[in-house]
Amino acid sequence: MNGARIIVESLKKEGVDTVFCYTGGAVISIFDELYKHGEGLNLIQPRHEQGGTHAADGYARSTGKTGVVIVTSGPGATNTITGIATAYMDSSPLVVITGQVASTLIGTDAFQESDVTGITLPITKANFLVKNIKDLAVTIKKAFYIAGSGRPGPVVIDIPGDIQRQDFKFNYPDTVDLQSYRPKDSGHPKQIKSAIKLLAASKKPLIISGGGVNLSNATGEMNDFLNKTGIPVVHTLMGTGVNPEDENQFLGFIGMHGTLYGNYAIQNADLIMAVGVRFSDRIIGNPNTFAKNAKLIHIDIDPAEIDKNILTDLPIVGSAKSILREFNNLDLAIDISEWKNELSNYKNNYPLGYEKSELIKPQYIIELAQKYFPENSIIVTDVGQNQIWVAQNYRIKHPRSFLTSGGLGTMGYGLPAAIGAAVGNPDKQVLMFAGDGGFQMNMQELGIIRKYGLKVKMIVLDNNYLGMVRQWQELLFEKRYSGTDMEFNPDFVKLADVFRIKSIFLKDPKEADAVIKELAMSNESMLVHIAIDPDENVLPMVPAGKALDEVLTKL
Amino acid sequence: MTDEVFTDHIVSVLVHNNPGVLSKVTSLVTRRGFNIDGISAGPTRQNDMFRLTIVVKGDDKSLEQIQKQLYKIIDVVKVVPIIRSRMVGREICLIKVKAIGAERHEVLQIINVFKANIVDVGTNGFIVEITGDSDKIDSFLALLESHQITDVARTGIVAMNRWERTFKETGR
Repeated sequence: MNGARIIVESLKKEGVDTVFCYTGGAVISIFDELYKHGEGLNLIQPRHEQGGTHAADGYARSTGKTGVVIVTSGPGATNTITGIATAYMDSSPLVVITGQVASTLIGTDAFQESDVTGITLPITKANFLVKNIKDLAVTIKKAFYIAGSGRPGPVVIDIPGDIQRQDFKFNYPDTVDLQSYRPKDSGHPKQIKSAIKLLAASKKPLIISGGGVNLSNATGEMNDFLNKTGIPVVHTLMGTGVNPEDENQFLGFIGMHGTLYGNYAIQNADLIMAVGVRFSDRIIGNPNTFAKNAKLIHIDIDPAEIDKNILTDLPIVGSAKSILREFNNLDLAIDISEWKNELSNYKNNYPLGYEKSELIKPQYIIELAQKYFPENSIIVTDVGQNQIWVAQNYRIKHPRSFLTSGGLGTMGYGLPAAIGAAVGNPDKQVLMFAGDGGFQMNMQELGIIRKYGLKVKMIVLDNNYLGMVRQWQELLFEKRYSGTDMEFNPDFVKLADVFRIKSIFLKDPKEADAVIKELAMSNESMLVHIAIDPDENVLPMVPAGKALDEVLTKL
Repeated sequence: MTDEVFTDHIVSVLVHNNPGVLSKVTSLVTRRGFNIDGISAGPTRQNDMFRLTIVVKGDDKSLEQIQKQLYKIIDVVKVVPIIRSRMVGREICLIKVKAIGAERHEVLQIINVFKANIVDVGTNGFIVEITGDSDKIDSFLALLESHQITDVARTGIVAMNRWERTFKETGR
């Protein structure tokens, strides 16, 4: 069996059902084997390798399976870099197979040669260059194991063209044992007991639910824990989907654009238990004042996250799922009714809100979408104001149902990630929100929606600005709108039409209800281009590096 | 007590000798904001394992972070921080020094005092090899400074923790 066939058979052994792939000179053998022996593999060819990588990422985040990408050497590989870095920052499992020039040509500046393992070194969990056909199958096994286990992440396998054409016996290992990689699943029992003691003694406890809860499929365990204990919960951008039964317990999203009540809870809690959280600067603001009254219990599968940005009083290393299960098995009786009253009063007094206007407010569109789309829809955003408006206002009640580029903040993520989610979830509605700027960064992927018969609902919130940066210029640069004006935007309705996608333009708030309803009910893909109030900003806002209680409610 | 936030730390890192492992380790250390002051690498008794000894500048907290980050590299098997007070550390240094006429005798005396070896003799000077801890090598170089040193090559430190704790590690 030649190397290319070994790759295809290995993917089947891994149970892969979908491959996001773009052909080229250095992977032509793999594509030939996919053509001959690719039964059972759904091949999705994007219009650009970056789009394909984001699509695989959206597929992975929404399904929990590892996303697979195959691209050619040189530019094919370098085009995936932003997608790989995006997945790395948000711990999304990907296996990216890149073709490489023949092993005899490596290092000679051959046509379409690039040092892929060198370039991807700081943005992958691991990467491999296969130099010998006998290592091929075991390397693929390792790659899938590393990508999907522990703290997930992208893994790159660079495979020279001559290796793809050499013959070798196909023997796919059932398991791999890596001496230096053994992620820990269960938490230390003593630490868990200590945590229970701290919780029991606390008067003002608070849970932060992070991306790790989604990644380890622990949302059910988290909800059980919250329902059982009644402890209030906030979440990070990546931790969206947590959903306690008591709405008063739910304090939304925290950080730079967090809710006033969520950030208030952080600053006033006496004990915080953070689950699968990496304490990014966008969450903590000023690290010296973050949760200044609270002891911290930090649960994470990655020991390097402990004490990285915020010092921990009690670390527990292991998977969120296994540790929360342990918590749920132990007795914990606490009386925190005073604290809960304090928080729900605060929540009622300082709700999120927006002013009614003659112009369309994005928050209103989000309300309507929530009204008409099924509760289990997958919501995908681009990056910028659109992302935060959705994060604040769309109440997402299911895990793996909010896809957004959190860590890297990649504009252009939304459309391809929504396509990937639609590929992986044909039974669910997929709704994308993007701004006029980010949508144009990967709009070529509109071209594959009809090609693969996908159903993607798209809302382009158009304010004719790169709004998030414009907002910073308003706040910090005396309204010098340098580089943020998006004049000469295309007509997005015509644009969708060119790709044979149904589309409609909306600017009258009175028509919004009917249009968003139509979007939700439509049996085919549809794009709604919305002229929103160009002056609308994302508020509240904690300026970068400030304490979470030094918050602006207007600019 | 010292006001310096940044001090030298030495970590000994056992790695699988897979292609690119050295660049993986050094790039990680640099990426996380540390300066590498010295690095040495060599095989161990196990065929596929290499030991790296890395000298980095950083405070204690960041040293801990570096250790954890190093463990995230799949090829890294073990990270051992070398504790100053328990350390046995050695470096080798080759020095090409000019020594003509009466100078020759002076240079030879310094070499003898330091128990250094002459590994090459030419009409214009010597190549001297000295092994020892970094301080010894620094002093040796300082003494030779009044003569004309034309080239210096140092291996960087290799180090191990002692069997027994010989100094008190508490305090400070």
